[in-house]
Amino acid sequence: MSETLTFNYTIDGDDFTRAGEASSSVKNKLKQLGLDSDVIRKVAIAMYEGEINMVIHADGGAITVTVSDTDITMVLADHGPGIPDVEKAMQEGYSTARPEVRSLGFGAGMGLPNMKKYTDEMHIATVIGQGTTITMKVHI
Amino acid sequence: MKLKDIYELPNCRFLVKGDPERDISRIFCCDLLSIAMSKAPSDGIWVTVMGNKNTLAVASLTDTACIVLAEGVSLDDGTLAKAEEEGIAVAETELPVFDMALEIHTAGNL
Repeated sequence: MSETLTFNYTIDGDDFTRAGEASSSVKNKLKQLGLDSDVIRKVAIAMYEGEINMVIHADGGAITVTVSDTDITMVLADHGPGIPDVEKAMQEGYSTARPEVRSLGFGAGMGLPNMKKYTDEMHIATVIGQGTTITMKVHI
Repeated sequence: MKLKDIYELPNCRFLVKGDPERDISRIFCCDLLSIAMSKAPSDGIWVTVMGNKNTLAVASLTDTACIVLAEGVSLDDGTLAKAEEEGIAVAETELPVFDMALEIHTAGNL
């Protein structure tokens, strides 16, 4: 039995230009662990989308990444406004991002769909006015 | 095709050279970062008009070899320094996306 590794990140909600640093850091750590490049890519895409969403919609939050022998689990928790209609938010092309965010190349309504597509399990727990916690798992 | 094969293209100026010997897989054109995030090929050349820090973040996460900024778009010095640090090449051109991608495609026999 080998140990489980945990990485914790705080996502700054103010600084859009720094969004992606946590995902980059996780990607580099997974590379150092010698994990399969497809697995790393899936984790990097899913986590980056989640990280961007936290900055766009929720004024930041916290991400915990756990690496075990069998899976990589990402838990993204924020205290943002919550997602009123999860089913709608999961549709490709549906977005509530502001125009200035769109002008940076985001807000295409691909975030949550990409997260689902690139992970093996995804669970969204959201409460209006309190926040959202998304748990994603990628099998190794 | 190696990255160095496009260093001398007449309409393209390299701001960060990256690894000249890096093998290039494909050319990819896209301006929406979420789509680029899921579709940009590893070791690819990504031609885009989206020049900001997030472009570099996406390139880094997708293992893009080279960002080519079209239509006279550029990146700030801090982002260029970060690209240098991460070994991602950055070039700029006045050409539109398709024209630049076609020149690279022709030069590299991709």
